[in-house]
Parts: sequence; structure tokens; C-alpha cells
Amino acid sequence: MVTGQFLKNMGAFSAAAMALMPALAGAQEIGRGHPAPGQIHMQESVTPIMDSIVAFHDGPLMWTISLIVLLVLVLLIVIMVRFNAKANPVPARFTHNTAIEIIWTVVPILVLVVIAIPSFGVLSDQLTVPDGERKYLGANIFSFGDVDVPAASLTVKASGEQWYWNYEYVDQGVAFDSNILSEAEIAELKPGQPRLLAVNNELVVPVNTTVRMQVTASPSGVIHAFAVPSFGIKIDAVPGRLNETWFNAREEGMYYGQCSELCGKDHAFMPIGVRVVSAEQFETFITAFTESRDYAAAAATLPPLQ
Amino acid sequence: MTDTAHLEAHATGHDHASHVHDHHTPTGWRRWVYSTNHKDIGIMYLVFSIVAGVIGGLLSGAMRMELQEPGIQIFHGLAAMAYGLEGDAAIDGGKHMFNVFVSAHALIMVFFTVMPATMGGFANYFAPLMIGAPDTAFPRINNVAFWLLPPALLLTILSMFFEGPAGALGFGGGWTAYPPLSTSGHPGPATDFVIFSLHVAGVSSILGAINLITTILNMRAPGMTLHKMPLFAWSVLVTAFLLLLALPVLAGAITMMLTDRNFGTTFFNPEGGGDPVLYQHLFWFFGHPEVYIMILPGFGIVSHIVATFSRKPVFGYMAMAYAMVAIGFVGFVVWAHHMYTTGLSLDVQRYFVAATMVIAVPTGVKIFSWIATMWGGSITFRIPMLWAIGFIFLFTVGGVTGVVLANAGADRALHDTYYVVAHFHYVLSLGAVFSIFAGWYYWFPKIFGYMYNEFLGKLHFWVMFIGVNLIFFPQHFLGLAGMPRRYVDYPDAFALWNRVSSIGYYVTFVAMIIFFYATWEAVRKKRLAGDNPWGDGATTLEWTLSSPPPFHQFSTLPKMDSKDAH
Repeated sequence: MVTGQFLKNMGAFSAAAMALMPALAGAQEIGRGHPAPGQIHMQESVTPIMDSIVAFHDGPLMWTISLIVLLVLVLLIVIMVRFNAKANPVPARFTHNTAIEIIWTVVPILVLVVIAIPSFGVLSDQLTVPDGERKYLGANIFSFGDVDVPAASLTVKASGEQWYWNYEYVDQGVAFDSNILSEAEIAELKPGQPRLLAVNNELVVPVNTTVRMQVTASPSGVIHAFAVPSFGIKIDAVPGRLNETWFNAREEGMYYGQCSELCGKDHAFMPIGVRVVSAEQFETFITAFTESRDYAAAAATLPPLQ
Repeated sequence: MTDTAHLEAHATGHDHASHVHDHHTPTGWRRWVYSTNHKDIGIMYLVFSIVAGVIGGLLSGAMRMELQEPGIQIFHGLAAMAYGLEGDAAIDGGKHMFNVFVSAHALIMVFFTVMPATMGGFANYFAPLMIGAPDTAFPRINNVAFWLLPPALLLTILSMFFEGPAGALGFGGGWTAYPPLSTSGHPGPATDFVIFSLHVAGVSSILGAINLITTILNMRAPGMTLHKMPLFAWSVLVTAFLLLLALPVLAGAITMMLTDRNFGTTFFNPEGGGDPVLYQHLFWFFGHPEVYIMILPGFGIVSHIVATFSRKPVFGYMAMAYAMVAIGFVGFVVWAHHMYTTGLSLDVQRYFVAATMVIAVPTGVKIFSWIATMWGGSITFRIPMLWAIGFIFLFTVGGVTGVVLANAGADRALHDTYYVVAHFHYVLSLGAVFSIFAGWYYWFPKIFGYMYNEFLGKLHFWVMFIGVNLIFFPQHFLGLAGMPRRYVDYPDAFALWNRVSSIGYYVTFVAMIIFFYATWEAVRKKRLAGDNPWGDGATTLEWTLSSPPPFHQFSTLPKMDSKDAH
């Protein structure tokens, strides 16, 4: 009776948990550039890097870990049915079985090797800034790479401050601060401006262009981390260090991220807002910005946010 | 202040005690304060752990209430109550206070709840019993190790009431205490209190580790070779070595931080040629073994419970023992997988990916060996067994998300998000804590001599099982969707799963009330447990003694013949 109860509860609980996931995933809206309400999946990808992360996570990783958990669960259930004291009053006495011990040592090693192959590829892509010739994996993580990415043609330096970001177009020599929208501005948010994500001055970059991000923090400040989920990038902003990452976004739009290293009281209130625009719009913007050195004037050349 | 008084009292008390014969049982407060008895010290550790666990649990309750809905819910009010702030100052105070709660919750749960329960309570009480020793090797060191902990906890709690950042109280830099946030970002003395707290707790753990290593290596009963030693003693031995090797590194790192803060050094300050990332390397060289310190004793406990209630010896004893040794060893060479986003080079990240994934192999061996132990057994689902099976399942869930995070390529999206929070709470809050409850229900009749109410124990298990899963499973979703950790407020899209998570906390809270009631009920009803309530599956030496065991046991050492092995 005890066993039956245990089994029933355990089974019901796990069945519910298992059934929940695909059901939710099917009916799910997935945010691009921001999370969607109740989302259980990663945000939608707009870069080759995030393509590979999503493919790697949803493919080999999710399959492996789901099957392992399922295997352990099934074995536990079988044990509870077959080897409870009522069903099996006399316990066996075996304590060794060399064959099975070798199997459960070697098979996991093989599984890990299969995971490691795409893992190393995905990682190498992330840490190698494109030179125009190297091929990237994209969503095809078991390949040798067939995605062309142009060499970096724009360099942006992001500096984490307490508690906002400062962005500099390095080659153009212009910079601006990006703050979370103030209380008053939050009160009249437009639909495209999520609370705690929307910023007053977005970082504007051109579409289909490889952007080299240099990330640091003010020398007398603390560590922050620059992250944009839809781009698949996250890199610490460390005082005294200049870290580097890159992205190449293929869709225009607003992409939000949040500071991802504890940095004090307003850690949750220094979002990252990247606006990806067409090449022409960017040209107009950056020319206006370089000439006027006035972010607001330059931003006025862009169409209003949707 | 209090510990000076204890030391003086101890010195005078010692003179009196020397007139009394050893087998005379001390009574009253002297029995506990002056205790050199491993069982009494073990009980004190367990009580201490429960007290600290309640504090740490209440702190997380405030955090879950805060995160139940978007917007700042309660912390501006808490700041107003605690510090008398108003308006915007209260909101700013509340934001910092949330970070203080995050930090204190982690420090208390790691150093003052889990470690005292496993390496303090169960290891002290049962490692000597299991190896047939009359006590530990250094009983007075054992006493000092325990009595260092209350002042250490006090220092952590006091830190919440001293200035941290300019104009705000408490240390809000996380349990990792990364500089510069914990140096120039917290100029006030709160951080120094935390540093001293960790120093004192570290000394306590090192002393305890020395005592346990010496005991296990030198005081095993005649005939009990290391390869016949029960797996719990093995787990304690491995863990004690991890403590001995890892804690000095933490002590060094926080001492450098202390001198950076107070004496003008610049180990971690880039303005003076130092490097904040150096601290992270040192911290995680300690920090990663630390997570195995928290889980390994649980592995030992679960092995015994699984064997006892299957009425079948542990499957693959040697593999089980050496899997723990392997986990302990590899645990020292994987630290930078906590630092994939700090700007490590590609080759360094590749190495740490490979090394980290290796840990999955010995861990898998343990999971499968527990299953094989049950396979063919004649299993009774008594309460300790429920916790042990729950542990195996939940630890598997936490383990596989660890494999995901081991891959730097995937960790790029998940680092410092709630996915990580979900992962480490599955292995610790559900893994380690379930193993502690398994040990509690397994050994409670031995320690106190009374049996608890079976129904209440079951109720506690099921309510807690549902509660903690409700808290932590949805946090995987939050992390995948990109919610960073240590956030007092979050974009509205994260509201649903945060709400579910908070409801899970309330369910868990009810489970804890059931736990306390069940314990009180057991002590009040005084149902005698007998020497061995678990039947012929319980083969280790503690079950040959009375319940509770005599004040001093094994005055004639038990002899092991070959059939008694583990």
C-alpha cells in the first residue's frame, strides 16, 4: 500500500511535469529582443552565434539530459514496482557486475564526446571575431561551418558604469550614455518599450554588419556584464580590462539585455538597448552624430520606435 | 565577547574537570559548553544548523515575497522599518537590502546550515561510530571547532547592521564577494564583518577536517581496513581533505581583500596594477570544491539508506568509494567554469569545458550504483528511503543541468541567469538538503532513542518535494528566457514563473512547519525506537549500540571479520 501510494504520487507528479513542457512549448510565444510573458524557451535568435547556441541547447543537450532523467525515473519506477518488499520478499545478494559497471562508465564518456564536438565548435565561433574568410556554424552545429560572416566593420566600446552604460563609436570618436527610462517616462511607456528594459538612448547599429564590441568598466568602478540574449552574447565588463565579443544581427528591431553581474543597488536597473537599423539609416545617424556630437539630434534622424 | 567568556570559563572548568573521572557523565550546561564528546558535539552542530537554516530560510522567504510580482513589493517597506528611510531613500535602501538578503542567505545556507549539518553533525556523530572508535582523535579541537561557529554566524548577522556602501547597511556583494564591488563598492565595515566571519568559520572547518581525517585514518576498529570502511566514513574522509585543501585558499583570497580594503594593497585593484579576475580564480579554486564539500557527505548517507532499506549490500562498493575520490580530485581542476564570461581565452575555456564534463562520469557511476543497489532488493519505503529516492531523482535533474552549463558555448546564454540558480538549488537545496533530511530521519531514532510519527514524516517529505520543485523548476524557464539572477525587480514578462516559484516557497514553508511539529511530536510521545529500528539491512556498527548510544562507546573495540565489511 505504501509503495503503491509512493508510486502513484511520484508517477503523477512526473507525468504532470513532463506533459507540461511540450504543451507549453507548443502554445508559446517566444520573444525576439525581449522575453515574452511566461516564456520557457530561449529568446529568438537573430545572429549566427545565437543560432548555434539554440541549436546546441535544443538539440544534443536537451535530448541527452531529458533521456538521462527519463532513464533514471523509469529505472526507479521499475524498482519500486518489482523490488518492493511485497513483490520481492527475499533480497538478492549480488554486489558486483563488471560488465554493467564498464557499460555505465564507457557509455557516458561516449555521450560526452558527442556533446563535446558541437560544444567546442559553438565555443570557438563565439570567441573568434570574423575576418571575412572563416566559416561559422550557425544552426548547423554538426557541420564544419557554412555560414559566411563579413569581417568586423564597426567597433563599439561599451563601458559599465554605476548604474548605466556608456557607448562609444570608437572609429568615429563619439560617445553617449544610455540610461534606464526614468519613472516619469516609464509611466507613459509605448507598447514596444518594456518596463525595466527600455532605455533613453539606444545603441544604434546597422543590420547584417559585424560589430566588434569592446567591453570594459570605469577603472574606479565595479564589474558589470554586457549581455543581449537574442544575439547570444554575454561578456563581463571588468575594470582595467578590455574584453571583446562580436555580433552580426540579421533583423532590424530593438534588442534588449540586462546587466548580468551583480554591481550594487541598481544592478537590475541598467538595461542594455540595441537598435538594429538599415545600413542607410545607420549612415545618416552616424554622420549626424559625428557632425553634431549630439545623440538626440542624431537619433531624431531615425524613424520613431514601433 | 561571548567566546572570551567561554574560554575563561573553560580554563577554570578544566581544573575542576580534571578531578573527575572520565567515565563520569557531565551534566547541565557544562556537558554541552565544555563538551569533548563527539556525539554531544554532533548534536550541537545539528541544532546550530537548524537554527541557521531557519534564519537562511526566512531570508529567502523575503526574497520570494519580493519577487512574487513585478515591481518592488516589500523591500522598500522593510528598509523603511529597519532603517527609518522614506520615499526614494526607502526604495534605494530596499534595493540594496535585497542584495544584502541574497548574500546573507547564501553565506548562511552554505557555511552555517549545510556544512554544520553534514560535516559537523552527522560526520561527528556517526563517522566514529561507524569505524568503531570511542571518540574522535582530538576531542578538544572538536569542541573549539564547534564553538567557533556561533561567533562566525553572529559576525555574518552583525554585518547586516553595519554600513556597507556609503549610506546603506549590510554587505550586498553576494556570497562570492567579487571585488571591486566588495572593496571600493562597499567602503563600510559590513564587508569586514563578513570577511572575519568567513575566516572564523574557515578555521572551524579546517580544525574539524583535521580531527576527522586523523580519526578515520588512525582509529578504525581492528580489522577495518580502508576498503572495508562504510561509505559514509569514506565520504567524510574525502570531504575533510577537500576542506583542508580548499579553505586556506579562500582564507588567502579574503585576507588579500581585507588588506586591499584597509591597508592600501592593490591585489585586486586595477588602479594599482591588480586584477579583479585574480580574486575570482582564487575564490572559485575554493568555491568549486566547496560545492562538493556540501554534497559528498550526502552521497555517503544515501548509500547507507539505500542499502538498508533494500536489505542488500551496496552495489560496487569500490567504485562508489573511488568515484567520490575522483569527484573530489577533479573538483579541484574545474574552477574556471564559473568564469566563462570573464574574458578567458578560447583555449582556457576549452580546457575547463573538457575537465568539467569529466565529472559527469563518476557522478553517473554513483547514480547507477544506487539504482543497482536497489535492483533485486526487498525494498521497504520507510521515510529515510523516500528522502533517499527523492534525492537520487532530484540530484539527477540538478546534475544534468550541470552538464548543460559545463559547455561554455551554452553557458554564454545561461551564465548569471536563473538557470544557474535553478541548477545549484537542485543539487544543493534539493540534493544536499534532501540527503540531510534522509540522514535526519535515518539516524533520529539512534540519536534521540525515539521514533517519529510515520505519517508526519511522510507528509513532510511529500509537501517538501512538491514545494521545492515548484520553487526551482520554473526558474529553469526564467533563466532560458534570460532573467538575470540577483535582481530585485524584473521585466513583466517574467511574472508568471516568478509567481509559481513564490507559491512553491509557501508550500515549502508549510513543509518546514510539519518537520518541526513531527520532531516535537516524536520527542513528546517518547516512542522507544530500540537499538535497530531498520531491521537486518542496517549493518553498520552504530546499530549494534543502544539508542541513544552510551556516553562513551566501544571501550572494548569491536572486531571486524571479513563478512562485516561495509
